[in-house]
Amino acid sequence: MLRPDFTTVFRAGLANGTVPAGTSPDLPQEAAQRFAVYRNNVAHSLSQALARRFPVIERLVGSQFFAAMAREFIAAHPPISPVLQEWGGAFPKFLEGFAPVGGLPYLPAVAGLEWARGLAYHAADAVPIAPEDLHRIERPRLHPSVRVLRCNHPAVSIWQANQPGQDGRVSARGHEIALIWRKPDLSVGTMSIPPLQAALIEALLDGATLEAAALVTDPVPVLGLLLRENLICTTGV
Amino acid sequence: MIMNAKLATAIAAAITMSGTVAANAKTEMEKCYGVSLAGQNDCAAGPGTTCAGTSTTDYQGNAWKLVPAGTCADIETPAGHNGSLEPIES
Repeated sequence: MLRPDFTTVFRAGLANGTVPAGTSPDLPQEAAQRFAVYRNNVAHSLSQALARRFPVIERLVGSQFFAAMAREFIAAHPPISPVLQEWGGAFPKFLEGFAPVGGLPYLPAVAGLEWARGLAYHAADAVPIAPEDLHRIERPRLHPSVRVLRCNHPAVSIWQANQPGQDGRVSARGHEIALIWRKPDLSVGTMSIPPLQAALIEALLDGATLEAAALVTDPVPVLGLLLRENLICTTGV
Repeated sequence: MIMNAKLATAIAAAITMSGTVAANAKTEMEKCYGVSLAGQNDCAAGPGTTCAGTSTTDYQGNAWKLVPAGTCADIETPAGHNGSLEPIES
């Protein structure tokens, strides 16, 4: 059997359990059992990877439920890229349509927040400016990890309440806007910001001049935060 | 660049507020390839990745009988009820 054909059959077998033709174990009678072990390892490792990428979702629904839900997600959205960190972006949308979590309408927003945190973590590096240089920069460039995420639920509050050591209780209502960025120590900052501050940061992300962006709202709190977190970076390479 | 006085004042205030002598505050960090945020990049070939449970894996035909059992019950939704611990009627 040609190798591409075998790969196709093998992938199909992972999904439906059919032992791929062309497998040649030392003991033929063990082929089915060994393939089952392989399938289990694939499913388990993907399920674990999904849980690590979406730890708050796992906490919200419980690990047993999450593992079962992960199997459904894996079947519907198997990895396309061999780079595992690129897998899982479809999970928030999947949750929207997954009937067993229909009673938890905030889950997709929280999952979107967790996915964005992962993107920020893996964003490119950039060199921060010295704060005093801000006087000389017309169009500040923000660090590639910076993200503004508008959530149709209090996703930031839910996320914060479900960090290790927190009791999970949330009474926040309504929308929240998340600011997400990677810190110099490689942890990922996540905070809720007011709409006007978000608009100012979005303007800078869109390439606005500082002068134009400053018209949105008082720029001092935002610029102070961006400078403190080393998020205003030099342009070019 | 000609900057208006108001913006210059704001920038000065922001620099003060940022409170960093950036050069001193900067922690020397080096991105360590191969070390990732927990699980983001690992294949999780850890506990459970064994022959145990080989018969439990089935991508298909999952008779759905589980309900969310985590902290979701502690969250009040805008609809006014707490997280659903009952199967959703469909």
